[in-house]
Amino acid sequence: MEHGNEVLRIEHLHKEFEGNVIINDISLTVHKGEVIVVIGPSGCGKSTLLRCINALEDIQGGQILLDGVPVDRTAKNISRMREKIGMVFQSYDLFPHKTILQNVTLAPIKVQKRKKEDAEKEAVELLDRVGLADRKDDYPRQLSGGQKQRVAIVRALCMHPDILLLDEITAALDPEMVHEVLEVVLSLARSGSTMLIVTHEMAFARAVANRILFLDDGRIVEESADPKKFFACPETERAGAFLKTFDYE
Amino acid sequence: MEKEVILQYLPLYREALLLTLRIGWQGVLLALVFGVACTWIRQLKIPVLKSLVTVYIELFRNTPLLVQLFFLYFALPKAGIRMTPELCGSLGLGLLGGAYMAETFRSGLESIAPIQEESALSLGMTSMQALRYVILPQAATYSISGIVANVIFLLKETSVFSVISLMDLMFTAKDLIGMYAKTLECLTLLVVFYLIMLLPVSVFGSWLERRMRRAEFGA
Repeated sequence: MEHGNEVLRIEHLHKEFEGNVIINDISLTVHKGEVIVVIGPSGCGKSTLLRCINALEDIQGGQILLDGVPVDRTAKNISRMREKIGMVFQSYDLFPHKTILQNVTLAPIKVQKRKKEDAEKEAVELLDRVGLADRKDDYPRQLSGGQKQRVAIVRALCMHPDILLLDEITAALDPEMVHEVLEVVLSLARSGSTMLIVTHEMAFARAVANRILFLDDGRIVEESADPKKFFACPETERAGAFLKTFDYE
Repeated sequence: MEKEVILQYLPLYREALLLTLRIGWQGVLLALVFGVACTWIRQLKIPVLKSLVTVYIELFRNTPLLVQLFFLYFALPKAGIRMTPELCGSLGLGLLGGAYMAETFRSGLESIAPIQEESALSLGMTSMQALRYVILPQAATYSISGIVANVIFLLKETSVFSVISLMDLMFTAKDLIGMYAKTLECLTLLVVFYLIMLLPVSVFGSWLERRMRRAEFGA
């Protein structure tokens, strides 16, 4: 990656909760167009890392910079900063009292003060890209898990974020729905979206990642810019042991 | 049962119903205002005021309205605070109801998963925007049945107003029985008039609940 197109920079991030260290001195730089996949065992801090970047958690040390500006949950500009950081959660969390179209246009209209017609036009185009334009007037409860998750991705995209954080977005889905959601993410990656992805889908991680981060115990244990090589023969024993748990041969 | 007795008493009961309704609804309105104010203070976690809210809620939920009215009407004048019976009635009802409404609003807000707020924040909404567009519309739908139950409860509680010499339905019935001993007629009329007052509220409440659920969740 060339220099100067850095989107996100994390410096010595430290996060504790009730005396337990959740994130222990993590530093990371994400460049424009990069897709970084974070993997690791449950409780290693990978979801917390994403939540810290979106300032949903308070941090005890280090700093997070988006385009050089600190992301600080106590600062006045925090909603401005969050606008540029898209996040999709494991449980999709659409707004149940809004239709699909209202779900994806609420923030563009209320936060970015865009014209309703413009926001809706773009929303329908994006919904069409994920194959859901015909469901725009339905309510979330009428959709399957996979469909809801695709809507949640569109909801984040409608804000034109600089970076998209995906937090185990297929973990709550039935197996046959995982594919339709991952297809959407793959196409985003191909079109140059900058993403930080936490997932347990190893085959997907290998296909989509420019870079792999393996976390354990709140630290980056192994980092690899060659995902194929990482999955074939990881350098650290810990990563090897972790990857082995996905083998059934 | 004597028909002419009933016809003769009807106007008196009508008068009493109007008075009961007037004070009752003033009380309900006050209750909503107090309830919203308490919820606001609790949500914003304003120090000192927050503890006062807790004291207020526990005080009024754990003492009978009868005692509260006695206090407002007979004890406060000794401290120099004088109110008309009518004001005592609506204020007493409002204070009692405010404590119940605050609890209902709280449980409505708590039924919304925290991640709903986080999703809203992650889209760049401020806490106020998240509250207004995401949390409150859902919480209102969840709270509506509790609010309606509170309104019915408060309107029924007006039956203790007679102790501070308000000519409400209960007072009128007791008064007439005392004078003419037409117990059956008087109490039948009393039951009918309470139903006239409360049945429409019940019916409207269930209709509103169904309607809001459909409007809010498409169900």
